[in-house]
Amino acid sequence: MNEFVERLISFGWREPRPSYDVVIIGGGGHGLATAYYLATRHGITNVAVLERSYIGSGNSGRNTTVIRANYGIPEAVRFYQHSIELYQTLEDETGRDLMHLQKGLLWIAHSELGVRAERARAAINTAFGAKTEFVTPEEIARICPQIDLSGGGVWPVQGATYHPEGATARHDRVVWAYAEGAMRLGAHVHQRTPVTGLLMDGDRVIGVETPRGPISAGVVMSAVGGHVSGLAAMAGLRLPIRSHPLQAFVTNHYQRQFDPIVSSSDLLFYTSQTPRGEMLMGAEIDRQPSYSYRSGHHFIQQTAFRAITLLPFLRDLRVLRQWTGICDMSPDYSPVMSATPVEGFYVTTGWGTWGFKAIPAGGEGMAGLIATGEPPELIAPFSLDRFAKDRTLADRGSAGTH
Amino acid sequence: MSLEIDCRQCGRRPVAEFMFGEIPRVPDELTDPDERDLDRAFMHENAEGPVTERWFHAFGCRRWTTVERDTRTDEVIGSAQSPGYPVER
Repeated sequence: MNEFVERLISFGWREPRPSYDVVIIGGGGHGLATAYYLATRHGITNVAVLERSYIGSGNSGRNTTVIRANYGIPEAVRFYQHSIELYQTLEDETGRDLMHLQKGLLWIAHSELGVRAERARAAINTAFGAKTEFVTPEEIARICPQIDLSGGGVWPVQGATYHPEGATARHDRVVWAYAEGAMRLGAHVHQRTPVTGLLMDGDRVIGVETPRGPISAGVVMSAVGGHVSGLAAMAGLRLPIRSHPLQAFVTNHYQRQFDPIVSSSDLLFYTSQTPRGEMLMGAEIDRQPSYSYRSGHHFIQQTAFRAITLLPFLRDLRVLRQWTGICDMSPDYSPVMSATPVEGFYVTTGWGTWGFKAIPAGGEGMAGLIATGEPPELIAPFSLDRFAKDRTLADRGSAGTH
Repeated sequence: MSLEIDCRQCGRRPVAEFMFGEIPRVPDELTDPDERDLDRAFMHENAEGPVTERWFHAFGCRRWTTVERDTRTDEVIGSAQSPGYPVER
């Protein structure tokens, strides 16, 4: 398939109805996947997805498309492994080429402490269903010959975990495939429809206010990325979320093939090659909570320095473009997929820097929660009341990078 | 241009030299002590607009300073040095 396949996708835009069974706020991956799985798995099609800009314009279009399951706690490993498996069959299920490519992921350790952390990661992944193994520097050189094992003489490579199911996919196409699939079965997607308020009946959410008129709903779900605290405040709800900018950049074309995704916790950066041949690089979130999409030179400088330490060939490339997304960080670095104390209001948030890989499993889980009223087993630990119950899911495997 | 924090001692310095410190605000409507504890431990205002916050100049004078910043634009709109700004807490 070629790039022009986008033109063949048939979206069925319609005018909003005054009332829906389910209104989903946020037309990104998670919102559209929830609509898709409500339609395909539960036969609920009287659903509207409201997007304030165009679909996939928020974090779904700004992430670095890494799909992996090598997390650090049992609940997360099971959840993300299920998501990996859904991604692997998503092209067949939706009939769309998502440019899903299994690349393998190397997570490099440069110190004794790092080696211990990676061995622990491999053990917990293997125990809970993800394929991760510890590899020695010799094996790393075979998997990725471009890596400088001396780490520029400063950060010697001591070992790594190899996660063969690590993959990437084209983010726009994932969003479009879910939107198309949901709309084909009768769900509505309304672009340029911001939610300006929530309609309340006492303590219960009964609809949303939009510039195109009020829309009443049996259930309202927030799949908002970046602005969820303001939306929850409309329902009188406080969330354990702080929104931080996360930057990334790509270089110009690297003329050889670079197979794996390479990460390093010690150096705090990761890189992979896009289908266009560009080297895509990211690092950690900015330290100030902010809604500004401004990118900084400081980030390029720091990340480029770290990347060149491990992958010297990168020094010959040039930075092509840089962008920023707004990440909703939860205190324990795990997502929140849950009903809330406000009746009729559900949230899927806290997707921090790990939202894209979770789109299929997160959407499927939220669809199950809305359709049955009970959280499916995979997402039950990620409820909002875990903070009050002292059941937080602190996950060192998520690292706040990708 | 990355964000610059207006330090009380050192003037405007890059944000990378600082550590962030939120001023937690538990809403007055919450009266139950357990709920107030929970809110103080985990919940955030996460406001979109002007916020007052504390920054620790870790790679500098190692003192705290107070800054008012607009989270929509990352513009510093007030700091401990601004005329008429409330005295440091």
